[in-house]
This record gives sequence, C-alpha cells and structure tokens, in this order.
Amino acid sequence: MGKAMIDSGRLIPRNGAVHPVRRDMEYKTSVLRSPDFPLLSLESTKTEETGPVFGHTSLGPLDNDLILNWSKGLASAIGERILLHGRVIDENGRSVPKALIEIWQANAGGRYRHVEDTYFAPLDDNFGGCGRTLTDAEGRYQFMTIKPGAYPWPNRGNDWRPAHIHFSIFGHSFGQRLITQMYFEGDPLIDRCPIAATIKDRSQLERLVAPLDFLAARPLDFLAYRFDIVLRGRRQTMFENKTEGL
Amino acid sequence: MSAKVSNFQETPSQTAGPYVHIGLMPTHAGNAGSYDGEIGVSPFVDGVKGEIIEIRGAVIDGQGMTLRDAVIESWQADADGRYPGETGADPCVTGHCRFAADPASGEFCLRTVKPGIVADRAGVTQAPHISLWIVARGINQGLSTRIYFEDEDNGSDFLLGRIENKNRCGTLIAKKTGEASYRFEIKLQGPDETVFLDI
Ligand SMILES: [Fe+2]
Repeated sequence: MGKAMIDSGRLIPRNGAVHPVRRDMEYKTSVLRSPDFPLLSLESTKTEETGPVFGHTSLGPLDNDLILNWSKGLASAIGERILLHGRVIDENGRSVPKALIEIWQANAGGRYRHVEDTYFAPLDDNFGGCGRTLTDAEGRYQFMTIKPGAYPWPNRGNDWRPAHIHFSIFGHSFGQRLITQMYFEGDPLIDRCPIAATIKDRSQLERLVAPLDFLAARPLDFLAYRFDIVLRGRRQTMFENKTEGL
Repeated sequence: MSAKVSNFQETPSQTAGPYVHIGLMPTHAGNAGSYDGEIGVSPFVDGVKGEIIEIRGAVIDGQGMTLRDAVIESWQADADGRYPGETGADPCVTGHCRFAADPASGEFCLRTVKPGIVADRAGVTQAPHISLWIVARGINQGLSTRIYFEDEDNGSDFLLGRIENKNRCGTLIAKKTGEASYRFEIKLQGPDETVFLDI
C-alpha cells in the first residue's frame, strides 16, 4: 500500500437501476437497515476519486488458493475443485489493473468459519474460506477454491442461500468500492433466494451468475467458472477540463 | 430506432452479509493467521504528522438497535489535506482503514490522524473530513457518508452547503467528547437519519 492512483475526471454517477433495492420486505433485515430519506446526489470530489494502492508485497503466494491457504499448503480442502477467474474493467471499458479482489465463502457443506456461524454442518479442518489477489495488467484475476454448499438462514419460513461466493472489489478510487456475490450457473436456489431477488432487473441478476467455463477446466483436476466485474468509470470528454462551477 | 451507444454498466451490488469479516478482517471473524498482514489495519504508521484522534460511535437501525455486524471502511487525507499519492503527501498516511462494530456492544472506534482542509478542483475547498463506506447484513448496497468535526470551520464546505435541510448537517459532524476524542453515530433511519451520499 502506498501511493494513490489519481485517474482523471469525475466518476460516472451510479445507475440505481442496476443495483438491488435498498429495502425489500422479503429480505427482512433490510427493512430496518435501509435509509428512509433519499440519498444526497453530488458530483464526485477528490475524496471519491482517489484511493489506496495495494502492492503485491503485502500478499502471500497462497492467498488466492482457498484449497490450500488455510493449511498453509499441507492439505487440501474438501469439495468440488474449481478455478474461478475473470476480468475487472470499468464503465469506460478499460482494464483495471492492481484492483484488490477479496473473496469469502462457506465450505462444501455450507458452513462458514466465523465465530457467529452456528449452522451444524461441520467445519473442514483444511478450509478457512477467504482469499485475495490483485488483478494483472489486463485486469485479470484467478482463484482456486471449492464450490461452496447452499445453507439455510433465518428469514422467511424456509430460506436457503444458493451456492455463492462473496466478492469485495477495490479499484483505484474510494468511490468505486463494491461488494457483491457471485452465483453458479444452473442453481435452482437462485430463483428462490430473497437476497438475489433484491435485484429487480432480471438481466442484472444474471450478470452475477457465473457460467461454467469448460474450456478453462483442467482435465482430471478442476472445473472452471468465469465472473467478469465492472467498476464505475470516469466521464471523459474534452469539455471536462473547463472550470466547473457549482 | 437509433444506433446503440456501446457501454458497460457497473456490476450490481449484493449485501456483504453477516460474515463479511472472514473476507475483510479475518482476525475479527476468529481466523487470525489467515493472511500475513491484513489490509486496512491502520490509516497511518509511526512518524505521522498531525494530531492522533479517536472517533467512537455505532451504526444504529430504525428501532435504535446497534448493528453488531457492521464493517466500515474509511478514506481520508493527511494533516495537510493531501491524499496519499499527491505531491507532498505525508508518506506515513495510508489513508485507508477498516474497523468493525464490537460483536457484543456494536460500538466502533477509528484511531486516525486528523485530516486537513482539502483543496479540490476550481478553487473548491472541503472542510476536514473522513469518507466512510458502511456494509452489513441487510445493507444491499454499501452506504457512503462523511465525518466532519465540530471543532473545525465547516461553514464553507462544498458538500455540507449542498444539504438543503440545514438541520440535517449535524448528522455529519462528530461531537468532541474530550482531548482528541470524538463521537459519531450513524443512524440508518428516523428523524435524525444520517445524510447518506450518492457521490
Ligand atoms: Fe454468504
């Protein structure tokens, strides 16, 4: 971590239509945790346009291998072995190199290694459940992991989360900050999930469903899924440099 | 009928869920040792220039309960108002911090260096402030807000000036509670709801 990268131009305003609704009666916790008042919409400032830069030095060699990182390479986690990969670009279509991607997930039985998770599916001694990496010069990233299990959660009478991996993405500016979840192609629980359903535009939800990427699978070893991510971009016209009033 | 403008849309957000600590703050999840060095442990290192302050507070839901699972990220300038990477910025300020609500009380504490006045484009100045991004179970899209300081001159701040209902400006201003200590409560709903930003 050290120098911030200052891309030029204001951030493109967020388009609420691609995002979930903030309050959804079917996702009960959201009801008391979503603002009543409209948000204050403003053009970005230097504060949102800058951000920390994460250097390769702070990451370890196994940080992006969730099959091996908890055991420090001594033993493999249990579960269906998968390669998870993709690219990070911005709304201008540019690659986002050195984006910090952090993921966390349940184990193959649907249990998280977290002091607050009391689901009776057992922990896996060789699975911690977190990984991190930086994108390369073309914005590409990859993780080795196991496919997480579905798990039940208290909400409506019988709610289950589809298999999913939580993604946190840190691009070049604080205003690009994003956390989301990735689902797996073909999972019938996606259509029953009230959290997935907070995204009202079906075509937007589909962007979170990673397809099987069979060509990237390695025979006799692992399957592969592909998940591409888009971060906020910058307005870039020749008129952007004029003195701007309020 | 028209030609299509080719564009890319931001990836949709989803809630961070209650186990976000596993990914962002593994020690807080009970998983110390997941990584050699966690990210955002402190926004500064030894040798930093300026006043070290502590800001305590809580994120509070619509029925007055504190969120015990919230994680907050902060981003700020150094004591002279320069962001890391800018010419002349304090090399001891990383500017970024992660802190979590206490799992029992919901209280958080940010220990940082007090930021200076930020000179922005076209002569716009911003009063000393810290930008926050709040995630938790039930928050479907991370919430952005800012901390300003009661003992600073906030009168000409660009952002505070854009809040139409002046009674709400106070929700962004940390109260001084002692020498180098402040309190800042984030209210998700209710008459004192914090001003959240789409910025
Ligand atoms: Fe989850």
